[in-house]
Amino acid sequence: MLTRAPRRGARLLGPVQWVALAVVVLLLVAALAPSVLAPGDPFAIAPAEAFLSPRWGHPFGTDESGRDIYTRVVHGAAPSLVIGVAATAIGIGLALVLGLAAALLGRVVDFAVSRLLEVLFAFPGLLLALLVITVYGPGVVTSTIAVGLATAPGYARIIRAQARSVAGAPYVEAAVVLGRSRARILGRHILPNAVVPVFVLVTLGVGQAIVWAAALSYLGLGAEPPAAEWGAMLFAGKNYLATAWWMTFFPGLAIVLSAAATTVLGRLLQRREVR
Amino acid sequence: MLVKAAWGVAGGVFVLWAAATLTFFGLRLIPGDPAQAVLGGPGSQASAEALAAVRAEYGLDQPVWVQYLRYLGRLGTGDLGSSYSLRQPVAEIIGAQIGGTLLLAALSLAVAWVIALGLAVWSTRGGRVAAAVGSALEIVAAAVPHFWLAMVLVLVFSTTLRWLPAVSTPGPAGLVLPVLTLALPLAGFLGQVMRESVLDALEAPFVLSARARGESEGGVRWRHVLRHGALPGIALSGWAFGWLISGAVVVETIFARPGLGRTLLNAVQLRDVPLVVGVVLVVALGYVVVTVLTDAVSRIADPRLRSAS
Repeated sequence: MLTRAPRRGARLLGPVQWVALAVVVLLLVAALAPSVLAPGDPFAIAPAEAFLSPRWGHPFGTDESGRDIYTRVVHGAAPSLVIGVAATAIGIGLALVLGLAAALLGRVVDFAVSRLLEVLFAFPGLLLALLVITVYGPGVVTSTIAVGLATAPGYARIIRAQARSVAGAPYVEAAVVLGRSRARILGRHILPNAVVPVFVLVTLGVGQAIVWAAALSYLGLGAEPPAAEWGAMLFAGKNYLATAWWMTFFPGLAIVLSAAATTVLGRLLQRREVR
Repeated sequence: MLVKAAWGVAGGVFVLWAAATLTFFGLRLIPGDPAQAVLGGPGSQASAEALAAVRAEYGLDQPVWVQYLRYLGRLGTGDLGSSYSLRQPVAEIIGAQIGGTLLLAALSLAVAWVIALGLAVWSTRGGRVAAAVGSALEIVAAAVPHFWLAMVLVLVFSTTLRWLPAVSTPGPAGLVLPVLTLALPLAGFLGQVMRESVLDALEAPFVLSARARGESEGGVRWRHVLRHGALPGIALSGWAFGWLISGAVVVETIFARPGLGRTLLNAVQLRDVPLVVGVVLVVALGYVVVTVLTDAVSRIADPRLRSAS
């Protein structure tokens, strides 16, 4: 099949990846300059216009106080993204410490960290986050920290495996043979190669963290209404599901699209990196 | 084989002990009075008598190591303390609620398995549609949260079509939407993992030799490849169990279904520490039991693991 000789990079971005990229750009614009997309005030109430279904002027409808859902979804991008990024940073930061310590500080540390991770895996998913919230009380800050803590064990396991395989790589062996110092080997050879894949994890993780944080807000444990944050909007709308579906559908759609877009882009980075 | 199983059980007991220890000392790290924390944090305005009762019950006037040993001893006999919000032993509350959640989780796991296996085998036949379905699985699994899926399902099947109840009724009809909500994202995740494993298996020598023996394509797929494809699914069942219980918190709340998840959420909202810790430890126990079991099942399904020892 001589005709099929794809140019390098030509097939890198399929239609799905382009859409994902567009969603992320839109998300960043909404987070950094929400007024460009939605000039209105996300908190402006208009009781006469409560519970309007999606229509011209209110493309996503209005909520119980007549606030425009579209404006609120756009303005909700910033807090939702900040929560997602902060939770991911906490999770990956902790995981870097644990994972690198396990991989590089010898067998005793590795054994201890590995057992600790095994134990933390027995508190799956939301449970670790719920435990943290029980102790420290609900709220945006606690729920962000809780999501970060709950995701750390998974990341730590990946980073440990990555750092171990790098530490055993031929080029590290070569550096040892050449008599390079431990610090130099660690800084110049191991860290760059172990940390680069972390960026992939961050991309994949932000979407997940947004979903988790929104789940906590939806359960009434995170951001609270009337905050223009996606999870809080879901919480506010859940009692009106049968009569005003748009109150929950559109913030939920924003969460799903953000998570899907970051997942697609994360996988794209991962594939490029494997090459 | 028995030695391996024994090691698995020993590992499980270790995880449980460490989980209990971690929660014990984690709770001791809370600034302030632990008795106050047990009674719902600084804002709860617990009475002096209630505080004294908690101190006596938990032995908070004793040295920490005595408290720790007593705590382990009580856990060993199945005593998880008592819930201050429901004024009932935690073990009793969990016993009353766990059945519904286990039923929900087991049904969801079964449905997810059927969908995932079907998708894995079907989507590896080649062709564009199949490949697209394969790559869509992951996005569904990663990006569709339970709460949103539940809402969409309720909107379509309850509000619009009026086929199924939006609130979980005791009968089987009330179980359909909760089970689907939990099973679909899990099926996406399992399907994606199984798909990769099926693709690997199709390239493996044992498939070539089966084909060389003249086995039909269907025979190859269902007898040899499927077994290989199911392995990571089995290995992930412990994880899936925990994930389902964690999802049950959301699903039971949305569908107003009684169970462990809703009990846990209520306890978190009331900051009922003994109840939350009790539920979390019971889930950890479940996770450990499922993990030990799946290790054994993996050895049965995969002859390589048996000969490896």
